[in-house]
Amino acid sequence: MSDAAHALEHPTATGIDSKKVAIWTLIGSECLLFASLISTYLVYKGKSLVGPLPHAESQCMLHGKMQTCEPIFEIPLVTFGTAVLLFSSFFIVLALYGAQKGSRKMLVGWLSMTVLCGLFFIGMQVYEFSHFYHKGLGYSTNLFSSTFYTLTGFHGSHVTVGVIWLSTLLYRAVKGKIPPAKALNLEIAALYWHFVDVVWIVIFPVVYLMR
Amino acid sequence: MATSVLDKAPAAHATAPTGIWSWITTVDHKRIGILYGATAFLFFLIGGLEALFMRIQLMKPDNDFVSAETFNALFTMHGTTMIFLGVMPLSAMFFNYFIPLQIGARDVAFPRLNAFSYWVFLFGGLFINFSWLLNAAPNAGWFGYANLTSNQYSPGLNTDFWVLGLQILGVASMAAAINFFVTIVNLRAPGMKMLRMPMFTWMSFITQILLLLAFPVITIALVFLMMDRHFGTHFFLPEGGGDPVLWQHLFWIFGHPEVYILILPAFGIVSEVLPVFSRKPLFGYTAMVFSGAFIAFLGFGVWSHHMFATGMGPFADSFFALSTMLIAVPTGVKIFNWIGTLWGGSLQMKTPLYFAVGMVAMFIIGGLSGVMHSSPPADLQQTDTYFVVAHFHYVLFGGSIFGLTAGAYYWFPKMFGRMLNETLGKWHFWLMFIGFNVTFFPMHFLGLNGMPRRVYTYPEGLNFEFWNQVQTWGSMLLGVSMLVFIYNMWKAARRPANAPADPWRGATLEWLIPSPPQEFNFGTVPAVGSSTPAWDLRRANGGALPEPASESGEGIHMPRPSYWPVVTAFGVLGVIGSILFTHAFPQWYFITITGAAILIYGIYRWAFEPAF
Amino acid sequence: MDSHSEVHAEPAHPTPGLYLKIAVVLFILTALEVLAFEAGRGGLGAGLRPIFEPITVVLLIVLSAAKFALVAMFYMHLKQDPKLLANLFVFPLIIAASIIGGLIILFQYWRVVGAK
Repeated sequence: MSDAAHALEHPTATGIDSKKVAIWTLIGSECLLFASLISTYLVYKGKSLVGPLPHAESQCMLHGKMQTCEPIFEIPLVTFGTAVLLFSSFFIVLALYGAQKGSRKMLVGWLSMTVLCGLFFIGMQVYEFSHFYHKGLGYSTNLFSSTFYTLTGFHGSHVTVGVIWLSTLLYRAVKGKIPPAKALNLEIAALYWHFVDVVWIVIFPVVYLMR
Repeated sequence: MATSVLDKAPAAHATAPTGIWSWITTVDHKRIGILYGATAFLFFLIGGLEALFMRIQLMKPDNDFVSAETFNALFTMHGTTMIFLGVMPLSAMFFNYFIPLQIGARDVAFPRLNAFSYWVFLFGGLFINFSWLLNAAPNAGWFGYANLTSNQYSPGLNTDFWVLGLQILGVASMAAAINFFVTIVNLRAPGMKMLRMPMFTWMSFITQILLLLAFPVITIALVFLMMDRHFGTHFFLPEGGGDPVLWQHLFWIFGHPEVYILILPAFGIVSEVLPVFSRKPLFGYTAMVFSGAFIAFLGFGVWSHHMFATGMGPFADSFFALSTMLIAVPTGVKIFNWIGTLWGGSLQMKTPLYFAVGMVAMFIIGGLSGVMHSSPPADLQQTDTYFVVAHFHYVLFGGSIFGLTAGAYYWFPKMFGRMLNETLGKWHFWLMFIGFNVTFFPMHFLGLNGMPRRVYTYPEGLNFEFWNQVQTWGSMLLGVSMLVFIYNMWKAARRPANAPADPWRGATLEWLIPSPPQEFNFGTVPAVGSSTPAWDLRRANGGALPEPASESGEGIHMPRPSYWPVVTAFGVLGVIGSILFTHAFPQWYFITITGAAILIYGIYRWAFEPAF
Repeated sequence: MDSHSEVHAEPAHPTPGLYLKIAVVLFILTALEVLAFEAGRGGLGAGLRPIFEPITVVLLIVLSAAKFALVAMFYMHLKQDPKLLANLFVFPLIIAASIIGGLIILFQYWRVVGAK
């Protein structure tokens, strides 16, 4: 018996599918995960003993000697990545709409776009991290680097898990295995994806735009 | 094992399958509950042994029964074991077995996730105890304060075992919390509104919320600690600008809700047992629900009362002192409501009642010493002394363990179809009650007279000898009481399984089905009209309840057994546990990769296996 | 909670057109965030800096909160869905915000008093 048929036979006390309640519960819990990371970032803001620093010049160790280092953030790149992630949320809403309406074309098309956006965002972060590394910002260089890389790294790994999840669903969508009756599975993944976007909506200003 | 979704799921078994494979692949909440209980009880006994060894060492001054290093490992592992491998999974035994029964459900929302939680717990408990075999047991305290836990001051695998073990256990707790939360929200029987749920289910519900909100914080704290230890960061290390006190904040933001996680299920059990054995409804059901919720919510605002000696300043001290004192109010409401439940009742002097009343009395004492801690100036004398050890043992042992034991005697007949012997039960109670108080009450005196915590010995002439000796004898008595309990269970196991469905005249749904229940729990899902459905049925039947008939289970299909939960759990152990050596020996990364592969493969096979 | 279950409660479904409008708004709000940041550090001219520097943080909080709310209410469907789901999100957010606020205060205070 399919899961959907089962759901009809065993109605829930709230009328909401248990998987949907579960993903929201997970999202609620993850708020605390990111709150701990963000708190630590803020608590240590401005307390690094050496550079590189996010928005100001500093003394830092580069190529074996202490020298003046520029502020390390490249706002245009990150802003573009932020926009890409925001649009990916838009795309997945369209994909879900397509799934619910039974349009495999819409579903596959927009879900592919979402996955591409996710991959682009990860790519941007990888590029950003390696760029920072070459400018003297290693993981353990200073408090800024440790808190920054851990926070954005946790976010990035959540994006990665999301990309894997969505890619799996994309594969199944292409094979026609996500009819409207199974759109809930995409909805669950979409909620996770939106949450990952929402976390970035907080991280972007707090980390990149607050001096 | 490809099966088509079109396959008909097997009908529910009239009798449970046997054999070890059936236990490894079980997704039945009742079986998983028993697995949790048996495993937790064993770990509890191990934790008890760790305590006895400490007590022997402290029996006389300048003793050399164990070395200082071993003593450090003993108190660290005793605390870690009792909390994470003892009380929490013992509570989980009852969550598993009784939440679905009490809400009239056939199983939890995600049965395979339930099994997964158990296996991850087992592997985490084995992992952290494996350290003993390498002479590398965690030894920096169950709360792992920085920067003692840094690589500089704790070289070696001890703290790594602790960090990674807790991360593994955290996965189990989080999965279970999501599961029970959704179960309670979504699988209640028709008519069971939230404010008609049994108190045990309510307190367990609040406990799941606490788990979901508190565990992520310690997860992050442990990640930071691991990074400091092996990847050169300075999250908690002053030489890089870090602040060791940040660890304390993060730890106790988790740690304080954690103690409510430890006590609320026991509160729930007591709120079940007292009404049944007083033949009276619980006094102030709604107040009990809301006070439990209030305690949990406030519990996020008191954490720095564990840090009064760290120099936070008068503003912070005052804030946390006030919030801590405030939490005594809803707790007091519960105490008075329990007394109100007993008052004027027709008391059935059975073992569950003894333990429940014992819990209330011991918790009052523990609460009083707790309120004494809430005053920062007073706490400056009490902190890090045996006074604190007395306090938390009164609330954790006197509170949680007495409460859980009450639950054990109350629910044993339902779980195993056999009654525990009443005489042995009372012997257990009195030996435990006397042993407990003899062990822990004198710690109040020792603490106020200056005996510090976590010391492996003390010199002569400080007047510590007498009470330490008394305490050691008390702990031996506690050990004896455990033997009585084990003997009681063993004797019961050899009796035939013919206990009645409702030996105590219980009020809640689990008493309406056979002892032990059939695989599908309820033949027909019951409709509920109040918070005491079994009493309602009794009243409607003129005071008697017919013994429920065994049903065929025809037409009911239950979730199918699966081995993907245990496989995926292996993957979790592989990924997290392997960090123990891969951080130092990167060439062994293939173990982590293998673990990740097993994990991902297990998840995919689980996801695409039909649940039913 | 009622005991009867509704498999689908389908009020007026948001259209792709609405979703697109929200995407555009999100993009604009992001641009405003960056502009606020630039204005606050003098990147848009020295004249704007004294106006924007003191209010940059507040502006960023307001703008990001608006983005947060738009994604949560519309993309995550909370506006149409049962209130339970919104509560599952909002309650932990309140706890999270309190913890962030609490830790900020606890660590700033140290600096303010200079109690090292």
